[in-house]
Amino acid sequence: MTAAPRAALQVRNLRKTYKDVLAVDRLDLEVRTGECFGLLGPNGAGKTTTIEICEGLLAPDSGDVEMLGMSWNSDAGRLRQRLGIQLQDTQLSEKLTVLETVRLFRSFYEAGPAPSEVIALVALDEKQNARVGNLSGGQKQRLAMACALVGGPEFLFLDEPTTGLDPQARRQLWDLIEEFKASGRTILLTTHYMDEAERLCDRIAIMDHGKVIALGTPRELIASIGVEHVLEFSAGSAARPLAVSPLRRIEGAREVRSQNGSVEMLVTELHRAVPALIEELSRQGLPLTELRTHSASLEDVFVTLTGRHLRDE
Amino acid sequence: MSDISISELRAREAARKSPRPGAWTEHPLAQLTLVRFLEFVREPEALFWVFVFPILLAAGLGLAFRNRPADVLKIAAVTPQLAQALRAEKGLDVARMHAAAAQEALRTGKVALVVEPADASGGGAGGVAYRYDDTNPEGRTARLLAYGAIERAAGRVDPVPASDRFLRDPGSRYIDFLIPGLLGMNLMGSAIWGMGFAIVDARRKKLMKRLVATPMPRQYYLLSFVLSRLLLLVVEVAAVLGFGVLVFGVPLRGSLAVLMLVCVLASLSFSALGLLIASRARTIEAASGIMNTVMMPMWIVSGVFFSAQRFPQFLQPAIKGLPLTAAIDALRMNILQGAGLALLGPQMGVLAAWLVVCFVLALRLFRWR
Repeated sequence: MTAAPRAALQVRNLRKTYKDVLAVDRLDLEVRTGECFGLLGPNGAGKTTTIEICEGLLAPDSGDVEMLGMSWNSDAGRLRQRLGIQLQDTQLSEKLTVLETVRLFRSFYEAGPAPSEVIALVALDEKQNARVGNLSGGQKQRLAMACALVGGPEFLFLDEPTTGLDPQARRQLWDLIEEFKASGRTILLTTHYMDEAERLCDRIAIMDHGKVIALGTPRELIASIGVEHVLEFSAGSAARPLAVSPLRRIEGAREVRSQNGSVEMLVTELHRAVPALIEELSRQGLPLTELRTHSASLEDVFVTLTGRHLRDE
Repeated sequence: MSDISISELRAREAARKSPRPGAWTEHPLAQLTLVRFLEFVREPEALFWVFVFPILLAAGLGLAFRNRPADVLKIAAVTPQLAQALRAEKGLDVARMHAAAAQEALRTGKVALVVEPADASGGGAGGVAYRYDDTNPEGRTARLLAYGAIERAAGRVDPVPASDRFLRDPGSRYIDFLIPGLLGMNLMGSAIWGMGFAIVDARRKKLMKRLVATPMPRQYYLLSFVLSRLLLLVVEVAAVLGFGVLVFGVPLRGSLAVLMLVCVLASLSFSALGLLIASRARTIEAASGIMNTVMMPMWIVSGVFFSAQRFPQFLQPAIKGLPLTAAIDALRMNILQGAGLALLGPQMGVLAAWLVVCFVLALRLFRWR
């Protein structure tokens, strides 16, 4: 028991319904100590409900949550001391300064770094006397991070930490999360950004309709769909539509999806598939109007598993 | 990206033996109260409604209802002899006019009464005629005053000696009645608005949910609202009462300690009521609706601007049971009549009952997310 990497979070058979909507459907989850675990899925997949149950903010209808070896029913006070939490769209009080806000949060914890240290960590030292209302979106998000870190947590919950931020602000936050990870502590992260999950997470659970539909490292998940590359192209027109079925016979083509004249093909070998595609198009007498290729990503995993894109809905 | 790394932070953390920085100012209750206080004073509108508005209201109403010197009535006398006799009466402002001009002045309301020799209109010789509109109270008053003056000038001696004592002391004017009323209204408004808006706003912005996700003791959160209210209360009471005392000379006849006690208990009761109002509302609109529904009837029936006794007798028990009525009655009894704690028992009991009932209900119903 001591040698094995004990689970920091163990969720068994979790269920939660809102009125007649089933938000979480018999979910099992294990987050190992020291890893960054990602919950990935479209809006409404049940990510936030799951994370809020794990944070002890929501009671499940049924199922067990074991957090750091403790239960919310009996150890809530001790657990809260050891968790860092960043919620989706919390608005901190606009009239307080950065320092006043962090000091307030610091006062709730028995131990942890000094407010000024945490503020320096999230690079808000120059803004420490600025009102929260005057911060940019990225700065507000870093302040939320500071409030999550000020208790010196062992386990950090991040619910869509970079939603709505510009690319630079996102990268700054990623750096911060990676640093936290490097210090050996555990993170549970939800996101609907593929690149974020691929970059930050050691393991990922893809959620849809309240269930985990795939679980593994980013590499494992991508490998699981058995393709390396994705080919996207447009050809044909309303008057002369492209015949899709011959494409399925191209060597190494695993899946062909066509939508409004643009086609997505999952292929194993790019160097065989592209010439075969061009040959087929010239046989049909259609010009190629657009062609893109990229390596298979988590997005493709999601699309393969559900037939939908993550950002649609 | 920063000067300090997390691992470095962790090392410092481990090195630090003393857990929370020990000063009492870093206690969660002190921090929550401080934050609440800062949020309030950084909100200019709130400052206006709590401090400036009641003073403006008191100043306006005090000016409108100030005690003027007793009205002097304008009358006209047609002959110099009559005018002479009438000028002995201080309540009359006598002008001598010709008969036609005096008639015209009476008709246009410039004078309340015309006094003329009776023969001018066909009465007995040597008599005096009083011409006035008998449906106008000013005319009738002027008639009485003029009649007395003429009679005394003609040598009448009053069979019963009479003297006048005027009631114009501080303590019985309208402004004296008004200041405790405004103070009570202010205590109610600031407590209910202060609690209600801050709580609903924190809930709406999910700030409350964020705080609940920390180890913050929840009772401290609610307590911080009450404590910051009490801090502000001192300033608030001082502003309204100070204004009344300095500008209008309102007397403070009761003990200040009892006055403060009444204010604190009233503020606590209203805070509990505010907490109850805000215990479930999710939007500012819903909360303001409930607040107005709760406060409006009390503004009217609880005797802020006029005595609650004007309402029918059968309503009196209900009116006396309202917290604002109890607060204002206790304040008036203390400020104007110097009543001590013993006499304020019923009012304090009503306030305490509201405090307990609202607080217990609010804790039961409170929605923490």
